[in-house]
Amino acid sequence: MRKALELKNVTMQFGGVVAVDNLSMEVNEGEIVALIGPNGAGKTTAFNVITGVYEPTNGEIDFFEKTIVRNHPQGKMKKMYKGECAEYYVNQPVLAPTPDKITLRGMARTFQNIRLWKTQTVFNNVLIAMHGHSTANVFSAIFRGNANEEAAQRLKVEKILDTVGLLDVKDELATSLPYGKQRRLEIARALATDPEMLLLDEPAAGMNPQETLELTEFIGSIRRDLKKTILLIEHHMDLVMDISDRIYVLDFGKLIANGTPEEIQKNQGVIDAYLGVAED
Amino acid sequence: MKKTKQNYTALIAVLIFMSVIFVLDQLIKPTDSLGMLLTVLQKGSVYALAAVSMNLLNGFTGLFSLGHAGFMLIGAYTYAIFTIPSVERDNVYQYFDAAIRFSFPETFSQALGPFGTVLGVAVAVILAGLIATLFAYLIGLPVLKLKSDYLAIATLGFAEIIRAIFQWEKLGPITNGSNLLKSFVRTSTMQLTIGSVTLSFSTFVPVLIAVICITIIVLLVNSTYGRAFKAVRDDEVAAEAMGINLAHTKQLSFCISSFFAGIAGAMMAMVLSIAQASNFKVSMTYEILLMVVLGGIGSITGSVIGALLFIFASEWWLRGLDSGTFLGINAPNVFRNGFRLVVFSVIIMIVVLFFSKGIMGDRELPDLIRSWKKNGGPFRKKNRENLHNVLDSAQDESEDHSGRRAKS
Repeated sequence: MRKALELKNVTMQFGGVVAVDNLSMEVNEGEIVALIGPNGAGKTTAFNVITGVYEPTNGEIDFFEKTIVRNHPQGKMKKMYKGECAEYYVNQPVLAPTPDKITLRGMARTFQNIRLWKTQTVFNNVLIAMHGHSTANVFSAIFRGNANEEAAQRLKVEKILDTVGLLDVKDELATSLPYGKQRRLEIARALATDPEMLLLDEPAAGMNPQETLELTEFIGSIRRDLKKTILLIEHHMDLVMDISDRIYVLDFGKLIANGTPEEIQKNQGVIDAYLGVAED
Repeated sequence: MKKTKQNYTALIAVLIFMSVIFVLDQLIKPTDSLGMLLTVLQKGSVYALAAVSMNLLNGFTGLFSLGHAGFMLIGAYTYAIFTIPSVERDNVYQYFDAAIRFSFPETFSQALGPFGTVLGVAVAVILAGLIATLFAYLIGLPVLKLKSDYLAIATLGFAEIIRAIFQWEKLGPITNGSNLLKSFVRTSTMQLTIGSVTLSFSTFVPVLIAVICITIIVLLVNSTYGRAFKAVRDDEVAAEAMGINLAHTKQLSFCISSFFAGIAGAMMAMVLSIAQASNFKVSMTYEILLMVVLGGIGSITGSVIGALLFIFASEWWLRGLDSGTFLGINAPNVFRNGFRLVVFSVIIMIVVLFFSKGIMGDRELPDLIRSWKKNGGPFRKKNRENLHNVLDSAQDESEDHSGRRAKS
């Protein structure tokens, strides 16, 4: 089994605040891994570092055994750096690709607060996500030299919408969909970028128990039928315990536990982080 | 199948429109009472292209840029400089020793005859667009990292600087300093004499250029790149996360918009038969922005309609308000110089109040016609019902708020 994603000593520091502190984790190919933690633990920051929205202060990220992001404390950050392992990556070149480059390598994400293209239809929302992989230059696009490619893309969009069950609403505006379907559309859009791995940021946020159950089933089917690796952030413990193979727990930016759902449920550190420790 | 039928309808509509323009060009002499129609059509096509190209950037890519007059100025000067005949050159550059002594229409016509002149003009127009694109590319590198208002101010500054540079005396051998450029190939002299018949193309040519350019922009907007532009406009973060290269896409939109702004500038020089930097002020950008907003941000047909309405009203229909007689009413004390602008501003305010998203919103004319067909005309019951629904839901919402307030 290959490692799909590996974080090594990743630290993200905003001024004096260490949002992610020396985080090392790995996700194997075909696994569903959950990243959980109380509010403000640094889960979304970790996502943003992985997908290239932020440049980490220190650390390295490998995607299918190739390094995609690497940085070490430099400039102003050098003095302020509070984490460990600062010297590990000093003599290696800095890699800081923009999010689109990382997406094109096969890592697609969804957002905590839905970020669909509001003025576009459901169909176009998925179609636009294929723009990154289209080979047409602007001239051939204007004069329709890419008609074949586009026809193929449109066919693929219909297929994706069919898998996520949104084909019947394809001509509606994305924002006119109910909340649960907008979440599905975000996943459909991420699938359109042809990813090896999906990063889902709180896919069940704001959903009722029924919708959450459907979503659990749906995420399972993505892994099973489409053979994608999935890393997800989630607060719904039912969903997390149900579908994850392994769980990483963050608290105040630090990794406090990792293991199978059963191990995590019994872990005293995790229980303390979630419920607080009694002062006596 | 449906798509091709639509395309044919559009093609036939354009052909009919162009033949009407051609016929009008022959029937109406500039000195006639209807001669104003031709002038207004010429100017209207210039501004329509300028407005559409600005809409491509402001409306479709969501980059609020105010540098349009600057790019039009570059286009106008490029076109003018490369089409002045060598005989006239010393006459035009009175105080300077002209550095560029080269004219495309002249060079090509020596080799190819009358066809060469047409080709030369076409080359000069395209070159005008390309030079504007070159400037846009260089400016875009640092400036496009800025967002919204800051981008607007940076591009505004660029346009002003360009205007100052073109008026700089040291550049006189090229730009003729602050003096105007004239005597180049212009629309009023675009005529073709076959035997005893003289065909005029003075309106046909600018309208044709505008139609070709706007068609290309429409094709672009509906292509995969156009959709990427809209994605960047709707949500930059999502666009980047879905594999759209932000820097590249913004730069592309900026360059294409400037290319067509450059062509609009060349057309402006052609129509006004002079090119002078002091004409391309910030107020010109604002006029174009006004057309875009009036027509509807994000609608190409809207921009065209906005531009034509603006030019027709300000240059023709409301002329009388400045010169004493309007709609048969003779009141020289009221209808004095400047009164036109007062009325015009009031009309604009009314339009903006009643069409808060512009005349077309973000729809295109074909969409509108289709929805009319479906619901049976623009004023039929279904459309009114929709309005009522919207009003009702707005009322519900306000009740909701008051209810919540009562509880707390």
